[in-house]
Amino acid sequence: MKIENRVRLKQFRAECQQKHSELKCHILVCGGTGCLAGGSEALYQRMLELTAGLDNVDVKIGDEAHTGVHKSEDIGVHKSGCHGFCEMGPLVRIEPYGYLYLKVKLEDCDEIFEKTVLGGLPVERLMYHEGDKVFRSQEEIPFYARQTRLVLKNCGHIDAEHIEEAIAVGAYKGFEKALFEMTPDAVIKTVFDSKLRGRGGAGFVAGKKWQQVASQKETIRYVVCNGDEGDPGAFMDRSVMEGDPHRMIEGMMIAAYAVGAQEGYIYVRAEYPLAIQRLKIAIAQAEEYGLLGDNILGTGFSFRLHINRGAGAFVCGEGSALTASIEGKRGMPRVKPPRTVEQGLFGKPTVLNNVETYANVSMIILNGAEWYANIGTPNSPGTKAFALTGNVKNTGLIEVPMGISLREIVFDIGGGIPNGKKFKAVQIGGPSGGCLITEQLDVSMDFDSLTKLGAMIGSGGLVVMDEDSCMVEVARFFMSFTQKESCGKCVPCREGTKRMLEILERIVAGNGKMEDIDTLRQLADVVGNAALCGLGKSAPKPVVSTLNGFMDEYIAHIRDHRCPSGVCSKLRVYKIDPELCKGCSKCARNCPAGAITGVIKSPFSIDTDKCIKCGACVDQCAFHAVYIEK
Amino acid sequence: MLDASFYETADSIMARYTPDERSLIPIIQDVQEEYRYLPPELLEYIASKIGITETKAFSVASFYENFSFEKKGKYVIKVCDGTACHVRKSIPVLEYLRKELGLSSEKHTTDDLMFTVETVSCLGACGLAPALTVNEQVHSKMTPEKAAELIKELRAEG
Repeated sequence: MKIENRVRLKQFRAECQQKHSELKCHILVCGGTGCLAGGSEALYQRMLELTAGLDNVDVKIGDEAHTGVHKSEDIGVHKSGCHGFCEMGPLVRIEPYGYLYLKVKLEDCDEIFEKTVLGGLPVERLMYHEGDKVFRSQEEIPFYARQTRLVLKNCGHIDAEHIEEAIAVGAYKGFEKALFEMTPDAVIKTVFDSKLRGRGGAGFVAGKKWQQVASQKETIRYVVCNGDEGDPGAFMDRSVMEGDPHRMIEGMMIAAYAVGAQEGYIYVRAEYPLAIQRLKIAIAQAEEYGLLGDNILGTGFSFRLHINRGAGAFVCGEGSALTASIEGKRGMPRVKPPRTVEQGLFGKPTVLNNVETYANVSMIILNGAEWYANIGTPNSPGTKAFALTGNVKNTGLIEVPMGISLREIVFDIGGGIPNGKKFKAVQIGGPSGGCLITEQLDVSMDFDSLTKLGAMIGSGGLVVMDEDSCMVEVARFFMSFTQKESCGKCVPCREGTKRMLEILERIVAGNGKMEDIDTLRQLADVVGNAALCGLGKSAPKPVVSTLNGFMDEYIAHIRDHRCPSGVCSKLRVYKIDPELCKGCSKCARNCPAGAITGVIKSPFSIDTDKCIKCGACVDQCAFHAVYIEK
Repeated sequence: MLDASFYETADSIMARYTPDERSLIPIIQDVQEEYRYLPPELLEYIASKIGITETKAFSVASFYENFSFEKKGKYVIKVCDGTACHVRKSIPVLEYLRKELGLSSEKHTTDDLMFTVETVSCLGACGLAPALTVNEQVHSKMTPEKAAELIKELRAEG
């Protein structure tokens, strides 16, 4: 059914809202990648079974409403997008109570149904606990209470596969306002004035890009969305595409209207099959209602969207490589200028923003530039989604105002370091970013403050590391990543990353030389300055920032042949605790190097010179007597 | 020479796209989805059909990590070695799988074409680290022990 004009759209929205509000109880089973892996599909099916057993409820299965006696006590069962609290999955949220059930198992469904769905009572044992305190509503849980969820507002709260749900909570309102109440120039001005900066890494002012595209002579223009979220440790774009795809699509539509584009492309990583599937559904549904296609809402404005799947090249996150890939070529960056805004996709002016950036646009149009500029810091307004992972209690996806301190993120929202370990560093911005150390915990999280420290927000991956992480090994890990992903076009990146990796591999194997540190710094300088694209330019950052923050660890590896964290296997020193050793000889019998000797029933010992550091003794010892010396 | 059915499949896939350069990647992605690898003979065939040179088609297909000119196993296991998985010990899981299946960093697929083991730089399932996927199904919080269970189950399924 096509919506022909604005009046019909308003009516349709009212209908969707009406249907939405009629539900007495709304069961939202998280269908994000994380919870699906934890078995949430089975929970969803069970909830459908339970609710289908009642004959006086309206149970929605897919598009077809299986209607019983229509009463006000209707129950909806839906699969939502990611809530962000992946550590605690599978998650089930029950509206209108706002109850959030954690780590739900199949056998819990009946109790949830009996108590909450039919009785309105909470199942406290499934709720978030801190000591004796039970957190009944999702919003009270410390992990959520300290967040400002604007972009992720609907993620987990609506069914991502039904446009009606999205429209009921306000999707396409911003587009409607732009299309009927604003000129394209006014739209661009609003986005420019809001100072919205690109969430993909560099933080370029989005409104400026739009302005530049709109001012080109060439009239065929494109709008492209970068959903090639390749930074290891980042998944906010995935969650938006899976959990609230219409928000992002709406942002692209507003951009298209503003710059006069008729075609748009979404480039999504092949590693995100669920995101691709949900986007396809969202686009098909928007087309069905005439929100995408020709003569949208009778205004004469036409816009079509296409999806391109990535094919596993990290460098395609770079603008010119991404457009080359859509064109069917090798995804290699080119020399700029001309820039993407002048000659982008198919040589035409192109607006290229990432998923999170587009997801911000609609609310800026609706609430105004000033409203947006008042969130966050003056030069980095708005919120930022961060993927909080690694050695932290509450891993997951969070959204906070720009300018929050790293300490609040790691210790208040993240709950600190698990297992009583000590905080060591946070790696931010993936292979293009750097490490922030204890002394930098109070830094303001915004584009400019982090750049000053040699780190960057990048796409927003925050990997927390505790005392057991070896920072030299972390530098090696990132360098091996960039080296592998280097496209090979320019010499500084192709050769430089290779040489830097060789040196780092040598150091973690205990064969480093003191002059390696200077060579690393020199190479970092050359690669950082001379590489062609952002991938190469930022590749040395993890090395430089660990050199700055953890020189003592580099020295320990090189001079003392010791890994202070006990991570680097070639540098481990295995010892047997004489207090724990029962003298059973099992380790000695299993040592492939014959390095362990002793007399039965008295403590054995390891000859460090003969030891090949394979760790077989650790695996064999039933008394945990073999340990790695730190 | 491939069986004629391969070319028929390629034809029906190509029919979904406009025959030009920009369709190359989506077409060969669909072909790979069908056969779990990209037969080089088909790549040549597709190139000629959409009007690009064989060299160009090979240069594109070999650039992207996802395309494989060699057959893959029935179960493609992708072990995530992204940052979050790496710091939560993904390597022991990978090492276990390789050891158990007799694979290495050079040899990815078992001779009986049952298993392929690869690494992937990030699945975006960092909250579940360390993660791996079996034919796109995500398995979370893996350990070598859980990997052993998984292989046992997959072998039982055959």
